[in-house]
Amino acid sequence: MTWLSDSALERLRAAADAPDLAGTRYQLVSKLGQGGMGGVFQVEDQVLERQVALKAVSIADPQGTLAARLLQEARIIARLEHPGIVPVHDAGMLPDGRPYYTMKLVQGQRLDAHVVAVTTLTDRLRLFLRICDPVAFAHAHGVLHRDLKPSNVMVGPFGEVLVMDWGLSKLLHDPQQREKASVASDNLPTVPPADRTAHGTVLGTPGYMAPEQAEANAVIDQRADIYSLGAILQFLLAGALPLPRALDAIRKQAMNVDSSRRYHAVQELSADIQHFLDGVAVSAYPEGPLTRMWRWVRRNRAWILLLLVYIVVRALLIFFRPH
Amino acid sequence: MFDSTNAIPDPQQFPATRWSLIEAARSPDAAQRQRALETLISAYWRPVYKYIRLHWNKDNEEAQDLTQDFFARLLEKHLLDRFDPARARLRTYLRVCVDGLVMNTDKAAQRQKRGGDVAFLPLDFESAEGELRQLPIASPTGPEEFFAQEFARSLFGLAVDRLRHECEAKGKTLHFQLLELYDIDEAGKQLTYEDAGRRLGIKPTDVTNYLAFARREFRRIVLQELRSMTASDEEFRREAQMLLGVKLT
Repeated sequence: MTWLSDSALERLRAAADAPDLAGTRYQLVSKLGQGGMGGVFQVEDQVLERQVALKAVSIADPQGTLAARLLQEARIIARLEHPGIVPVHDAGMLPDGRPYYTMKLVQGQRLDAHVVAVTTLTDRLRLFLRICDPVAFAHAHGVLHRDLKPSNVMVGPFGEVLVMDWGLSKLLHDPQQREKASVASDNLPTVPPADRTAHGTVLGTPGYMAPEQAEANAVIDQRADIYSLGAILQFLLAGALPLPRALDAIRKQAMNVDSSRRYHAVQELSADIQHFLDGVAVSAYPEGPLTRMWRWVRRNRAWILLLLVYIVVRALLIFFRPH
Repeated sequence: MFDSTNAIPDPQQFPATRWSLIEAARSPDAAQRQRALETLISAYWRPVYKYIRLHWNKDNEEAQDLTQDFFARLLEKHLLDRFDPARARLRTYLRVCVDGLVMNTDKAAQRQKRGGDVAFLPLDFESAEGELRQLPIASPTGPEEFFAQEFARSLFGLAVDRLRHECEAKGKTLHFQLLELYDIDEAGKQLTYEDAGRRLGIKPTDVTNYLAFARREFRRIVLQELRSMTASDEEFRREAQMLLGVKLT
Protein backbone atom coordinates (compact mmCIF):
# COMPACT_ATOMS: atom_id res chain seq x y z
CA MET A 1 0.00 0.00 0.00
CA THR A 2 1.17 3.52 -0.76
CA TRP A 3 2.71 5.16 2.31
CA LEU A 4 1.40 8.68 2.86
CA SER A 5 3.23 11.23 4.94
CA ASP A 6 1.27 13.65 7.15
CA SER A 7 1.90 16.34 4.54
CA ALA A 8 0.58 14.12 1.71
CA LEU A 9 -2.42 13.22 3.84
CA GLU A 10 -3.25 16.88 4.36
CA ARG A 11 -2.82 17.67 0.66
CA LEU A 12 -5.02 14.74 -0.33
CA ARG A 13 -7.61 15.90 2.18
CA ALA A 14 -7.54 19.36 0.64
CA ALA A 15 -7.69 17.87 -2.88
CA ALA A 16 -10.72 15.77 -1.97
CA ASP A 17 -12.35 18.76 -0.31
CA ALA A 18 -11.71 21.25 -3.15
CA PRO A 19 -14.70 21.88 -5.40
CA ASP A 20 -14.54 20.27 -8.82
CA LEU A 21 -14.87 23.27 -11.15
CA ALA A 22 -14.13 21.47 -14.43
CA GLY A 23 -16.44 22.74 -17.16
CA THR A 24 -17.74 25.62 -15.05
CA ARG A 25 -17.09 29.35 -15.50
CA TYR A 26 -15.07 29.38 -12.28
CA GLN A 27 -11.42 28.69 -11.56
CA LEU A 28 -10.19 27.91 -8.07
CA VAL A 29 -7.90 30.52 -6.52
CA SER A 30 -7.71 29.55 -2.85
CA LYS A 31 -9.66 28.34 0.13
CA LEU A 32 -11.00 31.10 2.33
CA GLY A 33 -12.52 29.20 5.21
CA GLN A 34 -14.39 26.23 6.49
CA GLY A 35 -17.72 26.01 8.26
CA GLY A 36 -19.58 23.07 9.67
CA MET A 37 -21.50 22.51 6.46
CA GLY A 38 -19.15 23.56 3.71
CA GLY A 39 -16.03 25.30 2.56
CA VAL A 40 -15.78 28.79 1.14
CA PHE A 41 -13.35 29.28 -1.74
CA GLN A 42 -12.07 32.26 -3.66
CA VAL A 43 -12.68 31.58 -7.35
CA GLU A 44 -12.36 33.60 -10.52
CA ASP A 45 -15.46 34.04 -12.65
CA GLN A 46 -13.81 33.70 -16.04
CA VAL A 47 -16.77 35.10 -17.96
CA LEU A 48 -17.07 38.34 -16.00
CA GLU A 49 -13.38 38.38 -15.08
CA ARG A 50 -13.93 39.02 -11.40
CA GLN A 51 -13.13 37.28 -8.16
CA VAL A 52 -16.08 35.87 -6.25
CA ALA A 53 -16.57 33.61 -3.24
CA LEU A 54 -17.94 30.12 -3.81
CA LYS A 55 -19.51 28.08 -1.03
CA ALA A 56 -19.92 24.34 -1.54
CA VAL A 57 -20.94 21.43 0.65
CA SER A 58 -17.65 19.79 1.46
CA ILE A 59 -18.64 16.72 3.34
CA ALA A 60 -20.54 13.58 2.60
CA ASP A 61 -24.22 14.21 2.42
CA PRO A 62 -25.92 10.86 1.86
CA GLN A 63 -29.46 12.11 2.31
CA GLY A 64 -29.01 15.49 0.65
CA THR A 65 -29.80 17.29 3.90
CA LEU A 66 -26.84 19.63 3.71
CA ALA A 67 -27.45 20.29 0.03
CA ALA A 68 -30.99 21.36 0.86
CA ARG A 69 -29.69 23.63 3.62
CA LEU A 70 -27.12 25.20 1.33
CA LEU A 71 -29.74 25.89 -1.32
CA GLN A 72 -32.07 27.31 1.29
CA GLU A 73 -29.27 29.55 2.55
CA ALA A 74 -28.66 30.82 -1.00
CA ARG A 75 -32.35 31.49 -1.53
CA ILE A 76 -32.69 33.28 1.80
CA ILE A 77 -29.72 35.55 1.08
CA ALA A 78 -31.01 36.17 -2.44
CA ARG A 79 -34.25 37.55 -1.06
CA LEU A 80 -32.41 39.90 1.33
CA GLU A 81 -31.19 42.71 -0.89
CA HIS A 82 -29.52 45.00 1.60
CA PRO A 83 -26.13 46.77 1.58
CA GLY A 84 -25.32 44.99 4.83
CA ILE A 85 -25.91 41.50 3.41
CA VAL A 86 -23.60 39.85 0.86
CA PRO A 87 -25.39 39.44 -2.48
CA VAL A 88 -25.67 35.97 -4.08
CA HIS A 89 -24.68 35.78 -7.76
CA ASP A 90 -25.34 32.23 -8.82
CA ALA A 91 -26.25 28.76 -7.54
CA GLY A 92 -26.04 25.31 -9.03
CA MET A 93 -24.43 21.88 -8.95
CA LEU A 94 -20.74 21.11 -9.43
CA PRO A 95 -19.62 18.26 -11.73
CA ASP A 96 -18.93 16.13 -8.64
CA GLY A 97 -22.56 16.46 -7.58
CA ARG A 98 -22.02 18.95 -4.79
CA PRO A 99 -24.31 21.99 -4.66
CA TYR A 100 -22.75 25.44 -4.50
CA TYR A 101 -23.54 29.11 -4.68
CA THR A 102 -21.38 32.10 -5.46
CA MET A 103 -21.51 35.48 -3.80
CA LYS A 104 -19.65 38.75 -3.67
CA LEU A 105 -16.10 38.36 -2.43
CA VAL A 106 -15.87 40.55 0.64
CA GLN A 107 -12.47 42.11 1.22
CA GLY A 108 -12.22 43.34 4.74
CA GLN A 109 -11.71 42.41 8.35
CA ARG A 110 -13.79 40.39 10.71
CA LEU A 111 -15.33 42.45 13.47
CA ASP A 112 -13.22 40.75 16.14
CA ALA A 113 -10.06 41.91 14.33
CA HIS A 114 -11.39 45.28 13.18
CA VAL A 115 -12.58 46.37 16.63
CA VAL A 116 -9.01 46.89 17.82
CA ALA A 117 -8.77 49.93 15.58
CA VAL A 118 -12.05 51.42 16.86
CA THR A 119 -10.99 53.11 20.06
CA THR A 120 -13.83 55.40 21.16
CA LEU A 121 -17.08 54.28 22.74
CA THR A 122 -19.08 56.45 20.37
CA ASP A 123 -17.48 54.89 17.28
CA ARG A 124 -18.05 51.40 18.62
CA LEU A 125 -21.71 52.14 19.26
CA ARG A 126 -22.11 53.59 15.76
CA LEU A 127 -20.52 50.42 14.41
CA PHE A 128 -23.00 48.38 16.44
CA LEU A 129 -25.90 50.32 14.96
CA ARG A 130 -24.67 49.41 11.47
CA ILE A 131 -24.74 45.73 12.49
CA CYS A 132 -28.30 46.07 13.74
CA ASP A 133 -29.56 47.45 10.41
CA PRO A 134 -29.25 44.30 8.23
CA VAL A 135 -30.50 42.11 11.08
CA ALA A 136 -33.58 44.30 11.46
CA PHE A 137 -34.03 44.17 7.67
CA ALA A 138 -33.83 40.37 7.70
CA HIS A 139 -36.37 40.16 10.52
CA ALA A 140 -38.70 42.42 8.58
CA HIS A 141 -38.44 39.88 5.74
CA GLY A 142 -39.13 36.97 8.04
CA VAL A 143 -35.57 35.68 8.36
CA LEU A 144 -33.69 34.80 11.54
CA HIS A 145 -29.89 34.64 11.40
CA ARG A 146 -29.40 32.40 14.50
CA ASP A 147 -25.60 32.61 14.52
CA LEU A 148 -24.72 36.27 15.02
CA LYS A 149 -21.22 36.74 16.45
CA PRO A 150 -18.20 38.97 15.80
CA SER A 151 -16.59 36.47 13.43
CA ASN A 152 -19.71 36.57 11.24
CA VAL A 153 -19.53 40.34 10.78
CA MET A 154 -17.15 41.82 8.21
CA VAL A 155 -16.08 45.43 8.03
CA GLY A 156 -15.00 46.55 4.58
CA PRO A 157 -12.22 48.98 3.69
CA PHE A 158 -14.70 51.87 3.51
CA GLY A 159 -16.29 51.05 6.85
CA GLU A 160 -19.19 49.16 5.30
CA VAL A 161 -20.57 46.47 7.60
CA LEU A 162 -21.71 43.12 6.26
CA VAL A 163 -23.46 40.38 8.21
CA MET A 164 -22.12 37.08 6.90
CA ASP A 165 -22.76 33.35 7.10
CA TRP A 166 -26.48 32.87 6.90
CA GLY A 167 -25.94 29.10 6.96
CA LEU A 168 -28.08 28.66 10.05
CA SER A 169 -30.68 31.20 9.02
CA LYS A 170 -34.30 30.28 9.09
CA LEU A 171 -37.47 31.57 7.53
CA LEU A 172 -40.03 32.60 10.11
CA HIS A 173 -42.81 32.24 7.62
CA ASP A 174 -41.71 29.16 5.72
CA PRO A 175 -44.91 27.95 4.08
CA GLN A 176 -43.74 24.34 4.46
CA GLN A 177 -43.47 24.85 8.19
CA ARG A 178 -46.55 26.96 8.69
CA GLU A 179 -48.78 24.07 9.57
CA LYS A 180 -46.36 22.88 12.21
CA ALA A 181 -45.67 26.30 13.68
CA SER A 182 -46.93 26.94 17.15
CA VAL A 183 -48.14 30.27 18.45
CA ALA A 184 -45.60 31.97 20.64
CA SER A 185 -46.09 34.55 23.27
CA ASP A 186 -46.61 38.12 22.13
CA ASN A 187 -47.74 36.81 18.73
CA LEU A 188 -44.20 36.95 17.36
CA PRO A 189 -43.49 34.67 14.43
CA THR A 190 -41.45 31.69 15.58
CA VAL A 191 -39.48 28.69 14.41
CA PRO A 192 -41.10 25.59 15.90
CA PRO A 193 -38.87 23.30 17.95
CA ALA A 194 -39.29 20.46 15.50
CA ASP A 195 -37.65 22.56 12.82
CA ARG A 196 -34.67 23.79 14.75
CA THR A 197 -32.24 21.84 12.57
CA ALA A 198 -32.31 19.08 10.07
CA HIS A 199 -30.67 16.71 12.54
CA GLY A 200 -32.31 17.90 15.73
CA THR A 201 -29.02 19.21 17.06
CA VAL A 202 -28.39 22.61 18.56
CA LEU A 203 -27.13 25.19 16.11
CA GLY A 204 -25.37 28.35 17.19
CA THR A 205 -22.25 29.46 19.03
CA PRO A 206 -21.93 29.26 22.81
CA GLY A 207 -21.55 32.70 24.34
CA TYR A 208 -23.52 34.34 21.54
CA MET A 209 -26.40 31.89 21.31
CA ALA A 210 -29.63 32.68 23.13
CA PRO A 211 -30.35 30.24 25.99
CA GLU A 212 -33.56 29.06 24.34
CA GLN A 213 -31.57 27.86 21.30
CA ALA A 214 -30.06 25.16 23.51
CA GLU A 215 -33.39 24.03 24.89
CA ALA A 216 -35.14 21.06 23.38
CA ASN A 217 -38.67 22.37 23.16
CA ALA A 218 -38.33 26.13 23.16
CA VAL A 219 -39.67 28.24 20.35
CA ILE A 220 -37.17 30.50 18.64
CA ASP A 221 -38.02 33.94 17.37
CA GLN A 222 -36.25 37.20 16.58
CA ARG A 223 -35.46 37.72 20.25
CA ALA A 224 -32.83 34.97 19.86
CA ASP A 225 -31.00 37.25 17.40
CA ILE A 226 -31.51 40.17 19.80
CA TYR A 227 -29.74 38.17 22.49
CA SER A 228 -26.83 37.59 20.08
CA LEU A 229 -26.75 41.31 19.26
CA GLY A 230 -26.58 42.00 22.99
CA ALA A 231 -23.61 39.63 23.21
CA ILE A 232 -21.94 41.48 20.32
CA LEU A 233 -22.61 44.76 22.13
CA GLN A 234 -20.98 43.28 25.22
CA PHE A 235 -18.00 42.26 23.09
CA LEU A 236 -17.74 45.80 21.70
CA LEU A 237 -17.97 47.32 25.16
CA ALA A 238 -15.28 45.11 26.66
CA GLY A 239 -12.68 47.35 28.24
CA ALA A 240 -14.94 50.40 28.32
CA LEU A 241 -14.71 51.15 32.03
CA PRO A 242 -16.56 52.43 33.83
CA LEU A 243 -19.52 51.34 31.70
CA PRO A 244 -22.32 53.94 31.79
CA ARG A 245 -25.30 52.51 33.68
CA ALA A 246 -27.75 53.19 30.88
CA LEU A 247 -25.56 51.34 28.40
CA ASP A 248 -25.16 48.41 30.75
CA ALA A 249 -28.93 48.32 31.17
CA ILE A 250 -29.35 48.15 27.38
CA ARG A 251 -26.92 45.24 27.23
CA LYS A 252 -28.66 43.44 30.08
CA GLN A 253 -32.09 43.86 28.55
CA ALA A 254 -30.89 42.55 25.18
CA MET A 255 -29.28 39.56 26.87
CA ASN A 256 -32.00 38.79 29.39
CA VAL A 257 -32.23 35.02 29.93
CA ASP A 258 -36.02 35.38 29.80
CA SER A 259 -36.74 36.18 26.17
CA SER A 260 -40.03 37.89 27.09
CA ARG A 261 -38.03 40.54 28.98
CA ARG A 262 -35.74 41.33 26.06
CA TYR A 263 -36.34 43.97 23.42
CA HIS A 264 -39.03 42.65 21.11
CA ALA A 265 -37.54 44.16 17.97
CA VAL A 266 -34.05 45.11 16.83
CA GLN A 267 -35.33 48.61 16.15
CA GLU A 268 -36.09 49.04 19.87
CA LEU A 269 -32.54 48.04 20.73
CA SER A 270 -30.96 50.33 18.14
CA ALA A 271 -33.29 53.18 19.18
CA ASP A 272 -32.01 52.86 22.75
CA ILE A 273 -28.40 52.93 21.54
CA GLN A 274 -29.17 55.98 19.42
CA HIS A 275 -30.85 57.67 22.39
CA PHE A 276 -27.79 56.96 24.50
CA LEU A 277 -25.59 58.53 21.83
CA ASP A 278 -27.93 61.54 21.71
CA GLY A 279 -27.78 61.88 25.49
CA VAL A 280 -31.47 61.26 26.08
CA ALA A 281 -33.18 58.69 28.31
CA VAL A 282 -33.15 55.07 27.21
CA SER A 283 -36.10 52.75 27.72
CA ALA A 284 -33.95 50.09 29.40
CA TYR A 285 -32.89 52.35 32.26
CA PRO A 286 -35.68 53.99 34.27
CA GLU A 287 -34.37 57.20 35.83
CA GLY A 288 -35.35 58.90 39.11
CA PRO A 289 -36.45 62.58 39.24
CA LEU A 290 -33.01 63.82 40.23
CA THR A 291 -31.31 61.92 37.42
CA ARG A 292 -33.92 63.16 34.98
CA MET A 293 -33.36 66.75 36.14
CA TRP A 294 -29.62 66.40 35.94
CA ARG A 295 -29.96 64.97 32.39
CA TRP A 296 -32.28 67.93 31.50
CA VAL A 297 -29.73 70.35 32.86
CA ARG A 298 -26.90 68.71 30.94
CA ARG A 299 -28.88 68.66 27.70
CA ASN A 300 -29.90 72.34 28.08
CA ARG A 301 -26.74 73.58 29.68
CA ALA A 302 -26.11 76.24 26.99
CA TRP A 303 -29.53 77.82 27.50
CA ILE A 304 -29.24 77.53 31.26
CA LEU A 305 -25.84 79.20 31.13
CA LEU A 306 -27.25 82.02 29.02
CA LEU A 307 -30.12 82.43 31.45
CA LEU A 308 -27.74 82.50 34.40
CA VAL A 309 -25.55 85.10 32.67
CA TYR A 310 -28.66 87.17 31.95
CA ILE A 311 -29.80 86.94 35.56
CA VAL A 312 -26.36 87.85 36.90
CA VAL A 313 -26.03 90.81 34.52
CA ARG A 314 -29.51 92.04 35.41
CA ALA A 315 -28.70 91.68 39.09
CA LEU A 316 -25.47 93.60 38.66
CA LEU A 317 -27.26 96.30 36.72
CA ILE A 318 -29.87 96.61 39.44
CA PHE A 319 -27.26 96.61 42.17
CA PHE A 320 -25.06 99.21 40.54
CA ARG A 321 -27.95 101.33 39.19
CA PRO A 322 -27.23 105.03 39.96
CA HIS A 323 -29.64 106.29 42.53
CA MET B 1 -6.05 -17.02 2.16
CA PHE B 2 -6.47 -13.35 2.10
CA ASP B 3 -3.33 -11.40 1.36
CA SER B 4 -3.58 -7.91 2.75
CA THR B 5 0.03 -6.97 2.08
CA ASN B 6 -0.87 -4.91 -0.93
CA ALA B 7 -4.57 -5.47 -0.83
CA ILE B 8 -6.63 -3.31 -3.12
CA PRO B 9 -10.27 -4.00 -2.44
CA ASP B 10 -11.95 -4.80 -5.71
CA PRO B 11 -14.64 -2.19 -6.29
CA GLN B 12 -16.80 -4.87 -7.77
CA GLN B 13 -16.36 -7.05 -4.71
CA PHE B 14 -19.35 -5.48 -3.05
CA PRO B 15 -22.29 -3.91 -4.74
CA ALA B 16 -22.53 -0.13 -4.36
CA THR B 17 -25.45 -0.58 -2.04
CA ARG B 18 -25.39 1.15 1.32
CA TRP B 19 -23.54 -0.27 4.28
CA SER B 20 -22.82 -3.43 2.32
CA LEU B 21 -19.67 -4.27 4.22
CA ILE B 22 -21.19 -4.28 7.69
CA GLU B 23 -24.21 -6.18 6.47
CA ALA B 24 -21.99 -8.64 4.61
CA ALA B 25 -19.78 -9.13 7.65
CA ARG B 26 -22.85 -10.29 9.57
CA SER B 27 -24.15 -12.41 6.73
CA PRO B 28 -24.91 -16.09 7.31
CA ASP B 29 -23.13 -16.76 4.00
CA ALA B 30 -19.55 -17.64 5.07
CA ALA B 31 -17.98 -16.62 1.75
CA GLN B 32 -19.65 -13.23 1.80
CA ARG B 33 -18.69 -12.74 5.43
CA GLN B 34 -15.09 -13.64 4.68
CA ARG B 35 -14.85 -11.13 1.80
CA ALA B 36 -16.30 -8.39 4.00
CA LEU B 37 -13.84 -9.08 6.77
CA GLU B 38 -10.94 -9.10 4.35
CA THR B 39 -11.93 -5.63 3.16
CA LEU B 40 -12.27 -4.45 6.74
CA ILE B 41 -8.90 -5.88 7.69
CA SER B 42 -7.22 -4.27 4.68
CA ALA B 43 -8.25 -0.83 5.99
CA TYR B 44 -7.80 -1.43 9.70
CA TRP B 45 -4.84 -3.69 10.33
CA ARG B 46 -2.20 -0.97 10.02
CA PRO B 47 -4.01 1.46 12.37
CA VAL B 48 -4.53 -1.40 14.85
CA TYR B 49 -0.86 -2.45 14.75
CA LYS B 50 0.46 1.11 15.05
CA TYR B 51 -2.01 1.87 17.81
CA ILE B 52 -0.86 -1.14 19.83
CA ARG B 53 2.79 -0.27 19.19
CA LEU B 54 2.58 3.39 20.13
CA HIS B 55 -0.40 3.81 22.41
CA TRP B 56 0.12 0.59 24.37
CA ASN B 57 3.88 0.83 24.03
CA LYS B 58 4.26 -2.80 22.95
CA ASP B 59 7.34 -4.06 21.22
CA ASN B 60 7.32 -5.17 17.62
CA GLU B 61 6.70 -8.88 18.24
CA GLU B 62 4.09 -8.43 20.92
CA ALA B 63 2.20 -5.90 18.79
CA GLN B 64 2.26 -8.34 15.88
CA ASP B 65 0.84 -11.09 18.09
CA LEU B 66 -1.85 -8.82 19.49
CA THR B 67 -2.82 -7.60 16.02
CA GLN B 68 -3.13 -11.18 14.82
CA ASP B 69 -5.09 -12.03 17.97
CA PHE B 70 -7.41 -9.12 17.46
CA PHE B 71 -8.40 -10.04 13.93
CA ALA B 72 -8.56 -13.72 14.82
CA ARG B 73 -11.04 -12.83 17.55
CA LEU B 74 -12.92 -10.55 15.18
CA LEU B 75 -13.37 -13.54 12.90
CA GLU B 76 -13.91 -16.25 15.50
CA LYS B 77 -16.01 -14.43 18.05
CA HIS B 78 -18.12 -12.56 15.50
CA LEU B 79 -17.35 -9.31 17.25
CA LEU B 80 -18.99 -7.32 14.47
CA ASP B 81 -22.32 -8.91 15.34
CA ARG B 82 -22.20 -7.01 18.62
CA PHE B 83 -21.48 -3.69 16.95
CA ASP B 84 -24.37 -1.26 17.44
CA PRO B 85 -24.09 1.71 15.07
CA ALA B 86 -26.50 3.66 17.27
CA ARG B 87 -23.98 3.62 20.12
CA ALA B 88 -20.63 4.22 18.45
CA ARG B 89 -18.76 4.58 15.21
CA LEU B 90 -17.24 1.40 13.83
CA ARG B 91 -13.78 2.92 14.15
CA THR B 92 -14.32 3.70 17.82
CA TYR B 93 -15.84 0.28 18.44
CA LEU B 94 -12.81 -1.45 16.94
CA ARG B 95 -10.41 0.69 18.93
CA VAL B 96 -12.25 -0.08 22.16
CA CYS B 97 -12.12 -3.79 21.27
CA VAL B 98 -8.37 -3.46 20.77
CA ASP B 99 -8.07 -1.75 24.18
CA GLY B 100 -10.05 -4.58 25.77
CA LEU B 101 -7.90 -7.20 24.14
CA VAL B 102 -4.63 -5.61 25.17
CA MET B 103 -5.80 -5.06 28.74
CA ASN B 104 -7.18 -8.52 29.26
CA THR B 105 -4.94 -10.74 27.24
CA ASP B 106 -2.20 -12.74 28.75
CA LYS B 107 0.20 -13.03 25.87
CA ALA B 108 1.51 -16.54 26.56
CA ALA B 109 -1.95 -17.91 27.25
CA GLN B 110 -3.29 -16.43 24.08
CA ARG B 111 -0.50 -17.85 21.98
CA GLN B 112 -1.26 -21.22 23.46
CA LYS B 113 -4.98 -20.75 23.03
CA ARG B 114 -4.66 -19.70 19.41
CA GLY B 115 -2.46 -22.74 18.78
CA GLY B 116 -2.58 -24.05 15.29
CA ASP B 117 -6.32 -23.74 14.77
CA VAL B 118 -6.34 -20.27 13.32
CA ALA B 119 -4.24 -19.36 10.31
CA PHE B 120 -2.07 -16.27 10.66
CA LEU B 121 -3.05 -13.36 8.49
CA PRO B 122 -0.21 -12.51 6.10
CA LEU B 123 0.11 -8.94 7.30
CA ASP B 124 3.16 -6.97 6.22
CA PHE B 125 4.30 -5.85 9.65
CA GLU B 126 7.72 -4.91 8.32
CA SER B 127 6.30 -2.17 6.12
CA ALA B 128 4.04 -0.98 8.95
CA GLU B 129 7.09 -0.82 11.20
CA GLY B 130 8.87 1.23 8.54
CA GLU B 131 5.90 3.61 8.41
CA LEU B 132 6.04 4.01 12.19
CA ARG B 133 9.62 5.24 11.90
CA GLN B 134 8.42 8.00 9.58
CA LEU B 135 5.78 9.29 11.97
CA PRO B 136 6.53 12.52 13.86
CA ILE B 137 8.07 11.95 17.26
CA ALA B 138 5.68 11.92 20.22
CA SER B 139 2.58 13.53 18.84
CA PRO B 140 0.44 15.01 21.62
CA THR B 141 -2.81 13.50 20.31
CA GLY B 142 -5.00 11.20 22.35
CA PRO B 143 -5.74 7.57 21.46
CA GLU B 144 -8.90 8.38 19.51
CA GLU B 145 -7.17 11.05 17.44
CA PHE B 146 -4.16 8.83 16.78
CA PHE B 147 -6.33 5.90 15.70
CA ALA B 148 -8.45 8.19 13.51
CA GLN B 149 -5.36 9.67 11.84
CA GLU B 150 -3.91 6.22 11.14
CA PHE B 151 -7.25 5.00 9.84
CA ALA B 152 -7.36 8.01 7.50
CA ARG B 153 -3.80 7.25 6.36
CA SER B 154 -4.72 3.63 5.70
CA LEU B 155 -7.95 4.43 3.87
CA PHE B 156 -6.35 7.16 1.77
CA GLY B 157 -3.47 4.80 0.96
CA LEU B 158 -5.93 2.17 -0.23
CA ALA B 159 -7.80 4.79 -2.23
CA VAL B 160 -4.57 5.97 -3.89
CA ASP B 161 -3.75 2.37 -4.84
CA ARG B 162 -7.21 1.83 -6.21
CA LEU B 163 -7.08 5.09 -8.16
CA ARG B 164 -3.75 4.08 -9.69
CA HIS B 165 -5.22 0.70 -10.60
CA GLU B 166 -8.32 2.24 -12.19
CA CYS B 167 -6.38 4.94 -14.06
CA GLU B 168 -4.03 2.35 -15.51
CA ALA B 169 -6.98 0.23 -16.58
CA LYS B 170 -8.55 3.24 -18.34
CA GLY B 171 -5.32 4.42 -19.96
CA LYS B 172 -5.28 7.54 -17.78
CA THR B 173 -1.87 7.13 -16.19
CA LEU B 174 -1.05 10.79 -16.75
CA HIS B 175 -4.05 11.77 -14.65
CA PHE B 176 -2.79 9.66 -11.77
CA GLN B 177 0.79 10.90 -12.19
CA LEU B 178 -0.43 14.47 -11.79
CA LEU B 179 -2.26 13.65 -8.56
CA GLU B 180 0.86 11.88 -7.34
CA LEU B 181 2.99 14.87 -8.30
CA TYR B 182 0.84 17.55 -6.68
CA ASP B 183 -0.81 15.79 -3.77
CA ILE B 184 1.59 13.04 -2.67
CA ASP B 185 5.19 13.85 -3.65
CA GLU B 186 6.93 16.44 -1.55
CA ALA B 187 8.77 17.85 -4.57
CA GLY B 188 5.61 18.74 -6.49
CA LYS B 189 4.22 21.20 -3.96
CA GLN B 190 5.73 24.27 -5.60
CA LEU B 191 5.41 23.11 -9.21
CA THR B 192 3.44 25.35 -11.59
CA TYR B 193 1.02 23.84 -14.11
CA GLU B 194 3.37 25.02 -16.87
CA ASP B 195 6.28 23.12 -15.28
CA ALA B 196 4.19 19.99 -14.84
CA GLY B 197 2.92 20.27 -18.43
CA ARG B 198 6.49 20.53 -19.76
CA ARG B 199 7.60 17.59 -17.65
CA LEU B 200 4.77 15.35 -18.85
CA GLY B 201 4.54 16.74 -22.39
CA ILE B 202 1.02 18.14 -22.12
CA LYS B 203 -0.58 21.59 -22.18
CA PRO B 204 -1.17 23.50 -18.90
CA THR B 205 -4.92 23.37 -19.56
CA ASP B 206 -4.65 19.59 -19.78
CA VAL B 207 -2.84 19.61 -16.45
CA THR B 208 -5.83 21.46 -14.94
CA ASN B 209 -8.36 19.07 -16.43
CA TYR B 210 -6.44 15.86 -15.75
CA LEU B 211 -5.74 16.87 -12.16
CA ALA B 212 -9.38 17.81 -11.61
CA PHE B 213 -10.39 14.40 -12.96
CA ALA B 214 -7.93 12.54 -10.72
CA ARG B 215 -8.99 14.49 -7.62
CA ARG B 216 -12.66 13.97 -8.39
CA GLU B 217 -12.06 10.23 -8.78
CA PHE B 218 -9.97 10.15 -5.61
CA ARG B 219 -12.75 11.82 -3.66
CA ARG B 220 -15.29 9.39 -5.13
CA ILE B 221 -13.18 6.37 -4.21
CA VAL B 222 -12.50 7.60 -0.67
CA LEU B 223 -16.17 8.19 -0.02
CA GLN B 224 -17.11 4.89 -1.63
CA GLU B 225 -14.60 3.00 0.51
CA LEU B 226 -15.77 4.80 3.58
CA ARG B 227 -19.38 4.22 2.81
CA SER B 228 -18.80 0.50 2.66
CA MET B 229 -17.15 0.61 6.08
CA THR B 230 -19.75 2.55 8.00
CA ALA B 231 -23.02 1.37 9.37
CA SER B 232 -25.34 4.34 9.05
CA ASP B 233 -25.84 7.59 7.18
CA GLU B 234 -24.89 9.53 10.28
CA GLU B 235 -21.69 7.55 10.85
CA PHE B 236 -20.77 7.95 7.18
CA ARG B 237 -21.28 11.71 7.39
CA ARG B 238 -19.25 12.04 10.57
CA GLU B 239 -16.43 9.84 9.32
CA ALA B 240 -16.31 11.76 6.06
CA GLN B 241 -16.06 14.96 8.06
CA MET B 242 -13.13 13.49 9.93
CA LEU B 243 -11.47 12.21 6.78
CA LEU B 244 -11.80 15.51 4.96
CA GLY B 245 -10.53 17.44 7.94
CA VAL B 246 -13.79 19.21 8.62
CA LYS B 247 -14.64 20.00 12.24
CA LEU B 248 -17.82 18.53 13.58
CA THR B 249 -20.57 20.92 14.43
